[in-house]
Amino acid sequence: MPGLGTSFGRGGATNTQQDLANSDCIVIEGSNMAECHPVGFQWVTEAKARGAKVIHIDPRFTRTSAIADLHVPLRAGSDIAFLGGLINHVLANDLFFREYVVAYTNAASILREDYQDAEDLDGLFSGYDPEKRNYDQETWQYEEDREDEVNEDSPGTAQAQEAGSQQESVKDAARPEAAGSGGPPLHGHGWRDETLQHPRSVFQVLKRHYARYTPEMVSEVCGIEPEVFLKVAEWVTANSGRDRTTAWVYSVGWTQHTVGAQYIRTASILQALLGNMGRPGGGIMALRGHASIQGSTDIPTLFNLLPGYLPMPHADQHDSLEEYCADAAGTGGFWGNKRAYMVSLLKAWWGENAQPGNDFCFDYLPRINGDHSSYRTVSDMIEGKISGYFLVGENPTVGHANGRMQRFGLANLEWLVVRDLQMIESATFWKDGPEIATGELVTEQIPTEIFFIPAATHVEKEGTFTQTQRLLQWRHKAVEPPGDARSDLWFYFHLGRLLRWKLAGSTDPNDRPLLDLTWDYPVHGDEQEPSAEAVLREINGVGPDGRALSSYMELKDDGSTTSGCWIYCGVYADEVNQAARRVPRTEQSPTALEWGWAWPLNRRVLYNRASADPDGKPWSERKKYVWWDEAAGRWVGDDVPDFEATKRPDYVPPDGAKAQDAIAGTDPFVMQSDGKAWLFAPKGVQDGPLPTHYEPAESPVANALYSVQSNPTKEEIRAPWNRGNPSLSEVFPYAFTTYRLTEHHTAGGMSRTLPYLAELQPEFFVEVSPELAAERGLEHGEFATVVTARAAVEARVLVSERIRPLKLKGGQVVHQIGIPYHWGERGIATGDSANDLLGVHMDANTHIQESKAATCDIQPGRRPRGKAMVEFLEEYRRRAGIDSGAVPIGGRAPVETS
Amino acid sequence: MTTVSSASPGLSEAQRKNRLFGPLPDVSAEAGYADDHPKRVGFFTDTSVCIGCKACEVACKEWNTLPMDDADGTLDAIGLSGMSYDNTGMLGANSWRHVAFIEQSRTVDLPMPGVGLPGARRETPDPDIDVREPDSLAKAQASVLNAEALAEFDPQTGHSADREIRWLMSSDVCKHCTHAGCLDVCPTGALFRTEFGTVVVQQDICNGCGYCVPSCPYGVIDQRKGDGRVFKCTMCYDRLTDGLMPACATACPTQSIQFGDLDELQARADARLATLQAQGVESARLYGRDENDGVGGNGAFFLLLDEPEVYGLPPDPVVTTRDLPAMWKAAGAAAAMIVGVAVSAVFGSRR
Repeated sequence: MPGLGTSFGRGGATNTQQDLANSDCIVIEGSNMAECHPVGFQWVTEAKARGAKVIHIDPRFTRTSAIADLHVPLRAGSDIAFLGGLINHVLANDLFFREYVVAYTNAASILREDYQDAEDLDGLFSGYDPEKRNYDQETWQYEEDREDEVNEDSPGTAQAQEAGSQQESVKDAARPEAAGSGGPPLHGHGWRDETLQHPRSVFQVLKRHYARYTPEMVSEVCGIEPEVFLKVAEWVTANSGRDRTTAWVYSVGWTQHTVGAQYIRTASILQALLGNMGRPGGGIMALRGHASIQGSTDIPTLFNLLPGYLPMPHADQHDSLEEYCADAAGTGGFWGNKRAYMVSLLKAWWGENAQPGNDFCFDYLPRINGDHSSYRTVSDMIEGKISGYFLVGENPTVGHANGRMQRFGLANLEWLVVRDLQMIESATFWKDGPEIATGELVTEQIPTEIFFIPAATHVEKEGTFTQTQRLLQWRHKAVEPPGDARSDLWFYFHLGRLLRWKLAGSTDPNDRPLLDLTWDYPVHGDEQEPSAEAVLREINGVGPDGRALSSYMELKDDGSTTSGCWIYCGVYADEVNQAARRVPRTEQSPTALEWGWAWPLNRRVLYNRASADPDGKPWSERKKYVWWDEAAGRWVGDDVPDFEATKRPDYVPPDGAKAQDAIAGTDPFVMQSDGKAWLFAPKGVQDGPLPTHYEPAESPVANALYSVQSNPTKEEIRAPWNRGNPSLSEVFPYAFTTYRLTEHHTAGGMSRTLPYLAELQPEFFVEVSPELAAERGLEHGEFATVVTARAAVEARVLVSERIRPLKLKGGQVVHQIGIPYHWGERGIATGDSANDLLGVHMDANTHIQESKAATCDIQPGRRPRGKAMVEFLEEYRRRAGIDSGAVPIGGRAPVETS
Repeated sequence: MTTVSSASPGLSEAQRKNRLFGPLPDVSAEAGYADDHPKRVGFFTDTSVCIGCKACEVACKEWNTLPMDDADGTLDAIGLSGMSYDNTGMLGANSWRHVAFIEQSRTVDLPMPGVGLPGARRETPDPDIDVREPDSLAKAQASVLNAEALAEFDPQTGHSADREIRWLMSSDVCKHCTHAGCLDVCPTGALFRTEFGTVVVQQDICNGCGYCVPSCPYGVIDQRKGDGRVFKCTMCYDRLTDGLMPACATACPTQSIQFGDLDELQARADARLATLQAQGVESARLYGRDENDGVGGNGAFFLLLDEPEVYGLPPDPVVTTRDLPAMWKAAGAAAAMIVGVAVSAVFGSRR
């Protein structure tokens, strides 16, 4: 989550769901929390019972809106305009928390003279390269400290080197997510003007940047009345400050946009200005989409990350461990200890084989040389560059954008392994996928050999889930998995064991990384199940005495410690599985520090040093949380302090201090190089230091703020199987947004196959307003066909006033269509797959697709069948002026270079 | 278990009058349980915090191993009902919890300070920028369930700018009446009052006669198609006897379904109602709480945000056996009259 990582230092939810009960106002935006996180929603209802205001900002009136005090039906894809409007409201009316902002944010930092804002360049920031469609971020830096002397080690020089290396665009592939824990390395603090008056101070730049985001502009862009906007502004500002806190809740309604990371950045700026970060009932609650998605970025399934948000080494830049660690050496904040984290990881993986003499086996790590994210990989498959693929708990032909592209990718492999609970569409596309019907795929001609391997469910295996608030909770095995179903741990352990057995005795140096791995987990039971606790203990790491470590502060860069994921260090402290703790709530404090274990170091509210004023006193009695106890000489309170426990509030770093020692006693954002929350991001975000409103890649509306229509850095894949709808198209005049329902789980493998869930939402449907139904002749309960440049799908129509047409300036009416995406060909409840409609347009920071805003047409009746479908879509493309989407049989049409 | 006849001793004259309707302080004792029987338990379903997740429906079906069916109760069938997000349709033999979804909307003036309210703007409509045609508005309102009740909108619910939209959700269940019509008419003894004061069907005794079905004033108890026997909520009798909460209340994430001792739930509900009314939610009301209603009050009662009819609940349920004494009295009088007429005729003719 680069939005949060860049702003505050760690890419995880800053507060807990339970803590929402302490909020005075909860804004749920880009999330349908009641439907998608119903269990956590109990804390919202509790806050409401205590008198909190609940605001739901979403294109649709959902089950979350039904409970909210206010529903704001804004246009899909316009959140930056809305939040930017709130920032402007707060700045223009002097409603920000001045003392907090001056002390804890980079508002006072001074920017370089050659920085140019999007307001100056009509939607672009300085440093844009139209050829490469990316930014050189050099001009976004702080102005160098005036007192700095230029010498070999000076921050200025290192900064220049860093800025220089940024020019290589491939490097950027790894950077943003690396901010998942630890903000981007930045050298030097620059100089500050704490009066906030300097014209080049972040504060003044911010003020100018959002000056045009007035209530009227918000109304024009978002399609809501200015009065509604002002109501939100009133509630949020009245419930922020010393005595009160407002929390923001988001989920994939924000991340799945071409400007997703910037949505989160905008909220980060607002929450920092209001002084809501690091405080009870405040923060930004990032709700992750599945049970352990937070865990799968902490110990990542991403191509560009190693555990603990260490970046994956790059082929051209990281020949040695020293080069790899160079960017962090000498920076402030805990990221300055990068070498200790990396060496401990290498020691965990290669044990005794990792020695100082061989750079701790740093060369054994794979390297990346560009973008190998999910969608890029699928396009590589279509082009025949990939031979094999594992799908584990993933059903991309239903769950990912552009299902046709996904199926073409899978149909051009040599082998495919699918591990799942059910025989899912991604394993059967070769016989019953939509392209078999259209003739674009022919079963006999698909070369892919598919291995379906049944997997154990969460009750049939042991291990941890890391849920949405960074909390690790241990699960015990309740029953044995049936038949051949096995845990993922079993599968990978034995796969590794067999590979090592096959390679035993090999003299090929390429086999050394595999053969030298520590791969000796104890196994138990008839099925030789590896011990999940042994794996968790390895992740935690051990010290020179072989005992489990209790904190990442103990990690060393000399090879004397190990840790498989430095941010999880402490989960096995005192040789106890801390994630398995379940002390009842009646026997512990409301913070429940003895339930499970949260990274880092069991802290529940991140940056909680900010719950006290610069002197270390609580901002107010009502919002007391963590404070400095002068008598005890340490930070105390209801949570584990997110600060060095005995660092005094009046500590001032000596010259030349590094890592945590460079963080002052008044700097709560300890992972940031300068210890501050970043209102302005001098580094770490690909598409601008300040969030700026761009329209979605496919939009029925012109950008009201700039002549730049959509994000100039968005990533696109041009090919016949991924055609984009042109914006402002009369052929595709309607906006749509995809989403989930409470009754189903994502791509449906775990819910469409179960009778009790299938019966509750039995058929694919689309939600339209009565006005759109009248305009297109759609009948409630009857079929309609939704069409994009990618696909046409048919669904039942639900006509509801919960969907509202939006009225923009000049009389333009925007109709939005709501489309849940759970269905596919298999299971009890079947139907067309909504994700087939989506094209792949991605956020350059995260490579996440824009699923939450796109355009389409809708017509009454059922879609064409068979080959008629191909011609139907081709005709639509012709009418819209789009290139042909025709592909040869097998789908292998190459990517077009523009 | 002992049984008691209507002539059993120990009841005062007033209590005896109440045997078939009206308040009854101890339903279990009435059914003959000894003094140390457990307290009467119940459900308080607070619909103001229901999020329509249907976890109650799924938990109920899981625990009680009920079959899949569609909104019409057709076994092993599924299909979109078109009734908002409700595809269960109603309580029945296969659905012992049912979440109703009610969509309502109306045009409102925003309670906003200052000038330029959307309502004011509508007074001088600009046909070019008005997104809503009058006829479609009327159509939309006509499509809303119980449009009259729209006047009852309140600050409890969401506003969408110039249109106020309300989406009510409510998890319905067997009411476990103080005077249960189903129980009163069951000829086989398959239906019985448990020691917890709940009403349960014994599936191994039910002979499928179906008398109970029309006797339920709420239309809850239902015969399973293809089986013939009747099924309904047992308030998880098997779980209660093991000291567990019913499955639905255990699964409810927002405490919309609360389980506990009935007197405690009633006190909690009264307090919740007072809170909501103090917040200006004037349409809030309790349903099934009043022991002077036609069924002597319910073991499972509700906090509603609108008229009961909006949720598909009868406004004034009356136990079907309430009028039994009066009917017998009338029948007796009629019989006496017939006898009298006959006697007088006989004796009169002799005269």
